[in-house]
Amino acid sequence: MKFTFFKRLALLFRREKFNQELEEEMAWHRDQKSQDLQSAGTSPDDAHHAARREFGNDLHLREQSQDVFSFWFETTLQDFRFALRQLRKNPGFALTAILMLALGLSVSVAIFAFVDGALLKPIPFKDPQQLLGVYEEANQCLYCNLSYPDYLDWKKLNKSLTALEVYDHNQFTLNTPSGAEPIFITRVSDGFFRVLGITPILGRDFYAGEDLLSAPRTVMLSYAAWQKRFGGKPEVIGQTVILDDNPTVIIAVLPKDFHFAPAEPAEFWATLHPERGCDLRRSCHGLYGVGRMKDGITMQGALSEFKDIAAQLTKQYPDSNTGQGANVEVLSEVIVGPYRPLLLMLLAGAGLLLVIAGVNIASLLLVRSEARKREFAIRNALGAARIRLMRQFMTEGLLLVLIGSALGLLFAYWTIHILTLLIPTNLLLKTPFFLDLGLTPHVLVFTAFITLLFAILFFVTPTLRLSLGRTRDSLAEGSRGSAGNAWRFLGSKLVVLELATAVVLLVSAGLLGKSLLLMLRTPIGMQPDHLATIQLTAPDKSYPKSPDQLALARRLYAELSAVPGVKSVAFSSDIPINGWGDTTWIHILGRPWHGEHEDVPERDVTPEYFSTIGAKLVRGRPFVETGRPFVDNEDPSQPHEVIINQAFERKYFPGEDPLGKQLSYMSPKSIPMEIIGIVEDIKEGQLDTENRPALYFPLNQSPSTFLNAVVRTSTSDHAMIPALISAVHRLDPNIATSAGTTFTDIIEDSPSAYLRRTSAWLIGGFAAFALILGVVGLYGVIAYSVSQRTREIGVRMAIGAQRTTVYKLVLKEAGYLTTLGIVMGLASAIAAATLMKDLLFGVRSWDVPTLAAVAIVLSAASLLASFIPAHRAASVDPVEALRSE
Amino acid sequence: MVYISSIMAKKPELMPGTLDMLILKTLTRAPLHGYGIALSIKTLSDEILTVEEGSLYPALQRLLLQGWVKAEWRRTDTNRRARYYTLTAAGRKQLTAERSHFEQMISAIARVMQDAKE
Repeated sequence: MKFTFFKRLALLFRREKFNQELEEEMAWHRDQKSQDLQSAGTSPDDAHHAARREFGNDLHLREQSQDVFSFWFETTLQDFRFALRQLRKNPGFALTAILMLALGLSVSVAIFAFVDGALLKPIPFKDPQQLLGVYEEANQCLYCNLSYPDYLDWKKLNKSLTALEVYDHNQFTLNTPSGAEPIFITRVSDGFFRVLGITPILGRDFYAGEDLLSAPRTVMLSYAAWQKRFGGKPEVIGQTVILDDNPTVIIAVLPKDFHFAPAEPAEFWATLHPERGCDLRRSCHGLYGVGRMKDGITMQGALSEFKDIAAQLTKQYPDSNTGQGANVEVLSEVIVGPYRPLLLMLLAGAGLLLVIAGVNIASLLLVRSEARKREFAIRNALGAARIRLMRQFMTEGLLLVLIGSALGLLFAYWTIHILTLLIPTNLLLKTPFFLDLGLTPHVLVFTAFITLLFAILFFVTPTLRLSLGRTRDSLAEGSRGSAGNAWRFLGSKLVVLELATAVVLLVSAGLLGKSLLLMLRTPIGMQPDHLATIQLTAPDKSYPKSPDQLALARRLYAELSAVPGVKSVAFSSDIPINGWGDTTWIHILGRPWHGEHEDVPERDVTPEYFSTIGAKLVRGRPFVETGRPFVDNEDPSQPHEVIINQAFERKYFPGEDPLGKQLSYMSPKSIPMEIIGIVEDIKEGQLDTENRPALYFPLNQSPSTFLNAVVRTSTSDHAMIPALISAVHRLDPNIATSAGTTFTDIIEDSPSAYLRRTSAWLIGGFAAFALILGVVGLYGVIAYSVSQRTREIGVRMAIGAQRTTVYKLVLKEAGYLTTLGIVMGLASAIAAATLMKDLLFGVRSWDVPTLAAVAIVLSAASLLASFIPAHRAASVDPVEALRSE
Repeated sequence: MVYISSIMAKKPELMPGTLDMLILKTLTRAPLHGYGIALSIKTLSDEILTVEEGSLYPALQRLLLQGWVKAEWRRTDTNRRARYYTLTAAGRKQLTAERSHFEQMISAIARVMQDAKE
């Protein structure tokens, strides 16, 4: 075999000579034969013909002879060269098909890269399927935080987990050369990194017991913090940093690719070190659990064990644990679960776009193979083998698919990067699985799969068409007749599919856009414009006691109010549109208590808070500055004050006047609190959440070193932020300040708004493409149909048909297809919208105005698209039409 | 490849795979050109076996590739350039192998037909 290989190889470079000799040899053969026949008495002409006839198809034979000596790839190369020539001869077709393919492919592949990163790739921890998120369950809160004492009991009592660890998310103050700076720190229990299977790249892991109060304070650096704050120097291990006034030793640097989404963003990873009030109280919940199941334990098994433990603790500590259950969830679900609906919807949208692109390409191919039917027939008649012609078509399709896919892959690469850049940095930190997206093996396999589908489409469509017709029929038939009808039948079915898909995408985009608008317009009980906010963290050492903290709040008030452009200043423990967390357990005095667990959000605010944010008091009076801190007031005859929101009134005082009623914390020593006012519901949580009962206390009842300053400005709130921060630092440079933001930004960037804006824009983009492609597709069908019927129209007009009749004839066809597409599309759109109801806000899946608007837009576009060919049909000159052909 | 054509349906068709053997056989006596091979097959078979003449050439390329024949350009009696094919040693061996294979087959077929007659 080697022997023949070298012979072939030798000939590869002397192909020209080989062909010449072969031709000469064959020609000589025929000449000789012809001469012999002539010497036998045949006329020269007859002899010549007989010689040729008996020799056979010399072109075909020459090809066969060459094939003996040629390598398999040579004919393939030939086919490719031929295909390239064909495509160059018809650049419009080639360009359209390639672009359509590249576009459909790139969108799908890019979205798939995101789906892969979040949903298909396992979370980057050891044996992730064994990892669970572990939570306490309370009323209205399925996945709630654990308290430290509960955690210790759960850890001790459970038998289903090899390890149960906890983490929280905190803001600490870091002393830097340029002043105090607030940084995000995640506190973890000592075995946290071991349970995830993460080893530091530098330094050591926390040892068992390092998270206790007795151990020295230590901290690990995230890779990013190591690079940013310490220049990536290895000497950083063993250095001491000041965190919240406490010297803390850096013991390790975490791997570059380590991200624990639920606790991000975090620059430092510290140990729990439970010393503050909340860590020690069983009723104060601030930790999240993560555990690893033992072999053979199911999630259900673990859950039922934790429920038992929780029930046991409720019996043991009824004061704090009444109503506290347990819940677990697979960790990967905790991390990526919230993004699933959005990602799947986008993937579905991209898939629909791909369908439209495919349909358009199929139509193009049909038209083209229609046009080439005759060429095919002629070449077949001239002796080209059918199989060879098929192969040529295949090669042409393959070439288009290869070019289109390569281009699509390039587009996809860009699209992935652009989309990643569009994710706000703070969201990207919480979605680390979107960080290193690109053309990964998964993505390439997906691309290959789509490419294969397209290759099949490119091959099957024209061959299906070609093998239907017989060579002789095609030769005889010319360009009119049955074939045209067959295409019109198939092509029009395809365009209906296209229009229906466009309707689905348009309706989805419309519903999402409307959801976004409704959500941004949803009443939030405050006026967000011209309202800036800054988080302030004062050092505990400088302000250890409540009176110091209260004094600080007053001085900050005075300092900030004096800044030019400031209209009013207030402080609060939490800001609106943030979350319904920070709850307290209350009881309404004078009512029987049967162990109900009434947990409601509470906010500590200064007297000016409601007027500053623009909230309306419905009844009662605002807090007033009493000049006397309540904190140390143990006189129960002097009740504290509280303002409730309307949701609180609706839930706990239906048909009653709450003013003057009293509440208390669920603690025997608690001082009664009198309801002095009712405020309109302020949206404390995300925009898409229901209002919940909430309580507002005067800040001077429980001051803190952590404050949110809320400032109403008369000029641009953005521009005021630097002035506000320097005012704070004038008072005390050691107060750590956040970057500051405005409520307009908070609302715009809130996850609920971001989610809908992103999806509305992306699906809107898909829909725009779909509309254009669908309408172009319709135009193609109608225009082709008109061109096929030119003769018929000519005849009709010749025997007296009016131009309006011709218009009607064409528009009726378009109208029928459009109506069919719209009806099918609307039905599918309602089904699709029902599937994405999680993303909708304030609209139903069958929102009539949206559906109607889409139907009108599509009808108008279709009318326009079909009017052009209709006009052309109506201007047909009967004489010309009849003369053609 | 032996051409099995409906045009030549009246004449007996060549059994598939036998063309290579026939060519090798015609070359045992003397080197021949393609036309000579065609004539030779025709006359030796008393004009019963006819091949589509052109189909000799792909077959000849096959034999060349396998090294069973050699080709060289020579002058004919009429002083024209023609390509003559010569049997090689390997070709001779191949012919023996094909011949014995062919004879086995023919006798096997003959036995079957004999049996069928009785």
